[in-house]
Amino acid sequence: MDSVRCVGLYKTYKQGDQIIIGLDGVNLEVEQEGFACLQSPSGAGKTTLLNAMGGLDRPDGGEVYVAGKRIDNLSKGQLAEMRLHNIGFVFQAYNLIPVLTAMENVEFVMQLQGVPASERAMRAREALNEVGLEGLENRRPAKMSGGQQQRVAVARAIASRPAIVLADEPTANLDSSSARHLMELFAKINETRGTTFVIATHDEMAMSYAKRLIRMRDGKIVEDQLQET
Amino acid sequence: MSITLRLAWRNLWRQPRRTWLTAGAMVFSNVLLIFLIALQLGTYQAMIDNTLSAFSGHLQVQQAGYKEKQRIRQVVPRIRDVAEDLRSGLGLNSIAARGEAFTLASSESRTYGVLIIGVEPEFEPRASRIPSLVSEGRFLDNPDAPEIVVGDILALNLKAQIGDELTILGSARDGSFAAAVVNIVGIFDSGVDELDRSLAQMPLEFFQETFAMEGAGHAVVINAPSLFEVEAVAEKAKSLLPGGQNLVVHDWNDLQPGLRQAIQADLIGSWFMYGILVILVMFSVLNTQLMSVLERTREFGIVMSLGLSSGRLGRLVLLETVLIGLIGLTLGVALGGIATSWFEAHGFTYPGMEEMASQFNIPDRFYPDLNAISLFAGPTVVFVGSVLAAMYPMARLHWLQPVQAMRSA
Repeated sequence: MDSVRCVGLYKTYKQGDQIIIGLDGVNLEVEQEGFACLQSPSGAGKTTLLNAMGGLDRPDGGEVYVAGKRIDNLSKGQLAEMRLHNIGFVFQAYNLIPVLTAMENVEFVMQLQGVPASERAMRAREALNEVGLEGLENRRPAKMSGGQQQRVAVARAIASRPAIVLADEPTANLDSSSARHLMELFAKINETRGTTFVIATHDEMAMSYAKRLIRMRDGKIVEDQLQET
Repeated sequence: MSITLRLAWRNLWRQPRRTWLTAGAMVFSNVLLIFLIALQLGTYQAMIDNTLSAFSGHLQVQQAGYKEKQRIRQVVPRIRDVAEDLRSGLGLNSIAARGEAFTLASSESRTYGVLIIGVEPEFEPRASRIPSLVSEGRFLDNPDAPEIVVGDILALNLKAQIGDELTILGSARDGSFAAAVVNIVGIFDSGVDELDRSLAQMPLEFFQETFAMEGAGHAVVINAPSLFEVEAVAEKAKSLLPGGQNLVVHDWNDLQPGLRQAIQADLIGSWFMYGILVILVMFSVLNTQLMSVLERTREFGIVMSLGLSSGRLGRLVLLETVLIGLIGLTLGVALGGIATSWFEAHGFTYPGMEEMASQFNIPDRFYPDLNAISLFAGPTVVFVGSVLAAMYPMARLHWLQPVQAMRSA
């Protein structure tokens, strides 16, 4: 079964008087336990595609299915609920909640899901251990390095046990060593937990960890290939 | 503590100065409202008590229609028996029978229109303050002696002193000519110019004889133990009245309609001022929460992308406002309560107060009345107003889109 499937996605933006084509008839299926990288130059549509897959943005045309359920026609509230239970996000700029500790950030989504407190704490601790942040549970984002913050974001994304993790330029703000550690972490989680990853990046190193490389240009998929890792 | 509550609480302290400024505005307005409302209630209480205890009492038993026309023929028959029955039935001593007649009073040199009140010398001191306000001479002490006490302004107008004789001329109950010569034994100063200018009191039995009342009178004055018990006392008094005599019980609202109107007029002006104060606080909260929402747009985009619905996000902002409101409410009630209770115990005054106090028949020292209403009414309105002020920032979140929000700086 597919984790995510896009059928004939079409999306345009208005920029002044100009109409920009973000997605131009994109068809894509990412299978369960898949590890795919979307690669394109800036503005070629990878973030737009990622946002459409994650229900953050609504396409102008086409259909999106997550875990077998069509999501492009859901209401705003239904989309929020869908994201809460099915999608884990990792963003370029870490995007942690600054007033919460690492542990609380990881617990946050689970609390929204209604996971009981004891289980929530157990899963959050487990996820933080998995990303190598044991001992930093009570630290706030401002007291952590960029790499550590990004790992908290990964722990947050996986602790809620989503069907798919969508990561948008997750290595862009990291030094090469932290970026490599992060990608190794993604690969390990994909391997051990079977979590599906779709990563938008133009970082060649990051791409080298993907099992599948999808290249985009002008809103279209121009190349889709499996690769050895 | 849930994460949402922790999040709301910590969000408040991201900008501690702003939070304290907003909470400070609430605390200030709450303290002010508590003090002003308590002062207002205390002043009204004093005004009512002073006015009613001075003369009219909380309740009066009269013949139906007497209050409107005040005809000497509209009487309460065997009025001293009625008063005695009420005293024993209600278990109150602050009840006295009276007769009333409009007359001309002449001294050696002047004549003035006077309202003569026949009173029971034994019971009148328990029903009104006039006997205790005799500043010269003494109050009446003989039930049928030809004696009179007059207000100090009336005495001045008549150019009369203690020991002088006054000639009373009027109409008796049977339509005959009523006349008497009485000795001034006392001069009172009630502080209410209207009473001091036109009122005189003589013993009830002498009054009944002079005005051919045949044992009747015009009003039985009842003072309840407190203003709050007036209604209950009135109900019981009605049940104790003799049947078939068309007697009614009037409460102080009927007897002194001007007093209630004065209080209502003052209240309207005050509520207007309080309303402005609450609106200013609401704007302060609106400003804080709007700034707080605008500067966290990106962060809101993140939590929305994680699956937090705009409704729950709105509730988070509401919770933050509720927390600031509770800080303002708690500190405001505590500080306002302490300050006001101090003034309640010690009272306060300011230069020129005596003149104003005499004009409005209130004591020349203010004593705020701190009770549940004065303590919580203002702060509750400020709290509710603050929560309402957060509705607009909350509403803005409804239209927030996660992607656009995350793109904002």
